[in-house]
Amino acid sequence: MGRYVARRLLQMIPVFIGTTLLIFLMVNALPGDPVKALWGDKPPDPAQVAQIKHDRGLDLPLWEQYLHYMKGLFQGDFGNTIAGNRPILDEITQAFPVSMRLAAMAWTFELVVGITLGVIAGVRRGRIIDTTVTFFTLIVISVPIFVFGLGFQLIFGNELGWVKPTVQDSESFQQLMLPALVLGLVGLAYVARLTRTSIKENRSADYIRTAVAKGLPRRRIISRHLLRNSLIPVVTYLGTDIGALMGGAVITEGIFNVSGVGNLLYLGISRREGAVIVGIVTVLVIVYLLASLLVDLLYAVLDPRIRYA
Amino acid sequence: MTIIDKPADVPAPRSGGEKSGRLLDVKDLHVEFHTRDGVVKAVNGVNYSVDAGETLAVLGESGSGKSVTAQAIMGILDMPPGKIPQGEIVFRGQDMLKMSNEERRKVRGRKIAMIFQDALSSLNPVLSVGYQLGEMFRVHEGMSRKQSKAKAVELMDRVKIPAAKERVNDYPHQFSGGMRQRIMIAMALALEPDLIIADEPTTALDVTVQAQVMDLLAELQREYNMGLILITHDLGVVADVADKIAVMYAGRIVETAPVHELYKRPAHPYTRGLLDSIPRLDQKGSELYAIKGLPPNLLKIPSGCAFNPRCPKAQDICRTEVPPLVPVTERDGTDLAGRGSACHFWKETIHG
Repeated sequence: MGRYVARRLLQMIPVFIGTTLLIFLMVNALPGDPVKALWGDKPPDPAQVAQIKHDRGLDLPLWEQYLHYMKGLFQGDFGNTIAGNRPILDEITQAFPVSMRLAAMAWTFELVVGITLGVIAGVRRGRIIDTTVTFFTLIVISVPIFVFGLGFQLIFGNELGWVKPTVQDSESFQQLMLPALVLGLVGLAYVARLTRTSIKENRSADYIRTAVAKGLPRRRIISRHLLRNSLIPVVTYLGTDIGALMGGAVITEGIFNVSGVGNLLYLGISRREGAVIVGIVTVLVIVYLLASLLVDLLYAVLDPRIRYA
Repeated sequence: MTIIDKPADVPAPRSGGEKSGRLLDVKDLHVEFHTRDGVVKAVNGVNYSVDAGETLAVLGESGSGKSVTAQAIMGILDMPPGKIPQGEIVFRGQDMLKMSNEERRKVRGRKIAMIFQDALSSLNPVLSVGYQLGEMFRVHEGMSRKQSKAKAVELMDRVKIPAAKERVNDYPHQFSGGMRQRIMIAMALALEPDLIIADEPTTALDVTVQAQVMDLLAELQREYNMGLILITHDLGVVADVADKIAVMYAGRIVETAPVHELYKRPAHPYTRGLLDSIPRLDQKGSELYAIKGLPPNLLKIPSGCAFNPRCPKAQDICRTEVPPLVPVTERDGTDLAGRGSACHFWKETIHG
């Protein structure tokens, strides 16, 4: 077990270097120049542009820039923004807790509601509740998320006035409720569908027949025998979704004005701030890798046949 | 010296009064499955009975309805698509088909238990065997987790699993095939049911282990004076343990007989075919007999006797009239107790 974890952690190093390099190159391939953009619509002064580029090391060859960046990264230095010259680490540490809170709420929502709906639909396959769940989850998956975001904002925020349409205080649990719901909606649909399929499949398993033959009450059969065997695909999805919820909230955070990682990422991209984008993605990559490690370890808890050596 | 008048700790053999008499009576049972292709008539009027301490072997090919009958008795058929349009399953004088779901659940496992064919897939892979055994006591007797675990160890000892105490927390995949089947038996035995249905309990095991498991089952049955329904297609297994045999074909009983009589003098061409297709050492070298053709499609069972397309003795009447299960007698008309055959020409078959 300990050796397995150590090996997995070591495997993260090449993945980490690969992803950061890739993002670094892609950001540099983007059209536009962040330094020239400082002048806005006015024509930039070439001498000043060259000076700034020289100061920030942007005139060096790309591979040297990357090495330089990585060196800083290992010392905890994410570099500074070009516009404003603020430490990027500060911006990230400011935005991350907000996104984490939002993601945690959305994730809990996915987990609880998704699994519950999936179990009910799977156990009552073919009945009205099953058809309803299947139908609505399909709609949620096929409709783009901004439609729900704007729609819910309009209905619950502006028309009914149940919640504030936008988030003014990102510490407030109440204000984050609606964005979290929108953010978790797609994941919830996937979780419900995965659970349903898995439950449906396992329901006809021999050991379920045994459980029935033992005279166990239905509730116990579902909760003790059926659910645990059906959760592995769901856990896989939920694990990788942690990362997606944190980094993929660009649209939702934009709609509800949440100043989280998604917002920061959006600003970084629109201003061609390469270092900001790479910095955020770096952190997200680590979150993804850790989440998937956690998922793999959870497998062994759920299914004793899986052992890591 | 004081005489300690205390019953021994070992469970005393059950007194005859409590468990004797007719345990189970299946009367004219029909089971069908409604599928997209039509109605599959899996069981078409089965009658059989089991007394306490008695072993009934139900014999037949795959698809003959022997397992479906057992599942109907157990109440574990998937309904729908399964349906029981007709018949009675009388257990200790009560028709179980008229019971509520909750009443039936309480009978399951406690009064009637079942042993399945493939112990690996029939045991839950993610729960320890101790948990799965103990569950019987926790659910039916309301025992605590700790008590039930102790009971599980006791049960594992009972079915001769070595080092039961150390292995109680192991998972099914950590046991060998024979040991797993012992665990299944232990689970069925847990609450000392009146009746055990064993659905091909040894099919998935290798031959040496088969004998051990069958011996164990027979021994426990004698000890607890349980009724046993043994479903199998293995004639070799049947001979040693069964008291009587019911041979099934296309959802119907075609022959019933006490076990040794059936081997000596079958009264149905199908039974004869089955017996002839057992490989025998003294006929080494000669070709092995096989019943021609395939079991019938249950969506459209042949008219008349369902066996007629494969029967070497089939006549015109076999294609038109369904033969009822009639008592079989000696040539002079003396009754042969417990024997019956559903063949128009049973006389020729048994005496000819």
